[in-house]
Amino acid sequence: MSTTTLSFGADVARRLDGPAWLAERRIAAVERFAAGTAPTSSEEIWRYSRIESLALDRFTPAWIDGIGEAGIPPAAAAVAAAIPDRAGLIVVRNGRVVHLELDDELVARGVAVGDVLEVADGPVRESLGTAASSSADWFTELNDGFLSGAAYVHVPAGVVVERPIVVAHWCEGDGLVSFPRTLVILGERAQATVAEYHASPSGIVHLADAVTEFVIGDGAMLSHVALQAHGPGTWQVALQRSTIGRDATLRSSAVALGGDYARLRSESVLVGQGASSDLLAVYFGTGSQTLDFRTLQDHQAPYTSSDLLFKGAVDEQAKSVYSGIVHMRVNAKKARANQTNRNLVLAPPPCGAESIPNLVIEANDVKCSHASAIGPIDEDQLYYLQSRGIAPADAERLIVFGFFEDVLARLPLASLAEPLRTAVTAKFGGRA
Amino acid sequence: MSLLKIEGLHAEVDGHPILKGVDLEVASGRVEAIMGPNGSGKSTLQHVLMGRPGYTVTAGTVTLDGTDLLALPTHERAAAGLFVGLQYPVEIPGIGFVEFLSEALAATGRRATGSGAGIAEVVRLEADRLGLATALLDRPLNVGLSGGEKKRLETIQLAVLAPKIAILDELDSGLDVDALRQVSQRVESLTHPGDAGAAAGREPLGVLVITHYNRLLFELRPDRVHVFIAGQIVESGGPELAAELEQTGYEQIARRHGLSSTQAFVAPPDPFADPGF
Repeated sequence: MSTTTLSFGADVARRLDGPAWLAERRIAAVERFAAGTAPTSSEEIWRYSRIESLALDRFTPAWIDGIGEAGIPPAAAAVAAAIPDRAGLIVVRNGRVVHLELDDELVARGVAVGDVLEVADGPVRESLGTAASSSADWFTELNDGFLSGAAYVHVPAGVVVERPIVVAHWCEGDGLVSFPRTLVILGERAQATVAEYHASPSGIVHLADAVTEFVIGDGAMLSHVALQAHGPGTWQVALQRSTIGRDATLRSSAVALGGDYARLRSESVLVGQGASSDLLAVYFGTGSQTLDFRTLQDHQAPYTSSDLLFKGAVDEQAKSVYSGIVHMRVNAKKARANQTNRNLVLAPPPCGAESIPNLVIEANDVKCSHASAIGPIDEDQLYYLQSRGIAPADAERLIVFGFFEDVLARLPLASLAEPLRTAVTAKFGGRA
Repeated sequence: MSLLKIEGLHAEVDGHPILKGVDLEVASGRVEAIMGPNGSGKSTLQHVLMGRPGYTVTAGTVTLDGTDLLALPTHERAAAGLFVGLQYPVEIPGIGFVEFLSEALAATGRRATGSGAGIAEVVRLEADRLGLATALLDRPLNVGLSGGEKKRLETIQLAVLAPKIAILDELDSGLDVDALRQVSQRVESLTHPGDAGAAAGREPLGVLVITHYNRLLFELRPDRVHVFIAGQIVESGGPELAAELEQTGYEQIARRHGLSSTQAFVAPPDPFADPGF
């Protein structure tokens, strides 16, 4: 990767609009970005990626000087329509919030959805970056430096939002880089379900540098589904990081289908005693896609628990990477963690998957388990179905769908399962 | 009426001969039992007949009503009317039992038995009949089920798919006494469907049951018992042969046929052998 960063200097960042506090924040981030160096796959956290082939200097930031499309893109409207019982909707276009909706009844109870560009002070300003900054990399700094807006959801203490809030990020523009940002803040004992959508059209080369942060207060519970359906020419480098308070719960699930190279760092930090996180993901790569996942279950307090199940399949020339760490810190006594990654490899090399589970244990009296598998469709499963009269191609289809269904059936937002099944089916049927 | 005809069947795994000339016929309405010690090649016979990968047939023929089964891929053998009840049914996550059976019925061009009722309803009735909690039908295929529960699901598949000939391997393992009786009675009602079955145009099922215990044979009374040692049927007889085996064990019969006890008991390499068994 070139280290030329002409498009990403402080003079360019200054041309973005927003409040003074945000402008200052951007300049500080741009300076950190400039002081950093481009990642290479010789670093463990980028191992097996193809980050060297991303020429950052060929992209320019979207929304400089306020130039960009501001209507609701049809894809975002379609996702919103697929979740008809939603309580709220935020549409973000190339990182800029372009549409906001929230039930009046929730507004009256103090729930807020909005754009950080409109925020002068208060919990949203205070929370921005609190989850992500402690794990910033080069791309996180870039996101902070060129933030053209950020979707936030704030649920005050004690408020339970029954129906889902949808955050739809649409990225577009050949040669542009966009900086999608989502911030969800749950006060003590608050509850909410957030469905996040990240997508872009085909026929363009685009870079989506995305950051999602969850700040989950004591006793609060967040359910989250993220669907990544980028176009085949889009690169995604994303971070999702959460801090989870005492006795609070995160149930987060990711479905990754799109992108040329699509990376997600998914990190949950269990900061309060009794905090728990449940991380699910399903991914399916075809063509020449690389789907890249780096996970962290960071146990910082006693009696915390976490479960992780990432399941993916690759076909044609696609590749996937899973690298995950369970970190039991000194203070994490009686903590419990599970980490499971399973991969189906449906075609011969170069199609392939990497799976690297890791445990870092500094505490005594903890329970950890991890499992990892990479392989073709199980011969015994194929034989069993064929022995019942099912033809080999149908048996394969049933097994692959079953492999995904195992995760889809557990999504916290059941209304999304059917459209996702359709998307997986289309992808399976579209194999060369 | 249907007839499965096995003649001079030889098969090997990785160059090791395991079946060394098997001759056997299974006809509609008959129960043939193969008994033999562990490692004698009984399960291999089932795998070879259904075309499980990993086995090479080196000689012999297998026909079902004149159709050359060995020329067909596994799924077409099933469509021709052959069924296998596996010793170790396979777990497949994410696939529902009813969905799976619907696919199997559609693939073989058959309809669910029990005229008019949907597959889900037929399956529920079959589960009741076998004393299987219907909640288990909502689990992914065989996932997390006990050995006995899996065997009952195999029996439900047998009843719903209505094949001509079934080869049931260690059907009794994992079943308690009551479940064994229920499963055996269900199989018997398929081999002897009676007047109602005949009126419904149902052909009696032919069964080849593979076991190394006598237990199953008290329930599922075989017409013939075949003693299988070192890849061959060494002796065939009526049910009294099973009683003799109970008394004397396999060693004496092996000696009677000029086979040493080592030949009788040395396990050939079986790629699908259960390591815990």
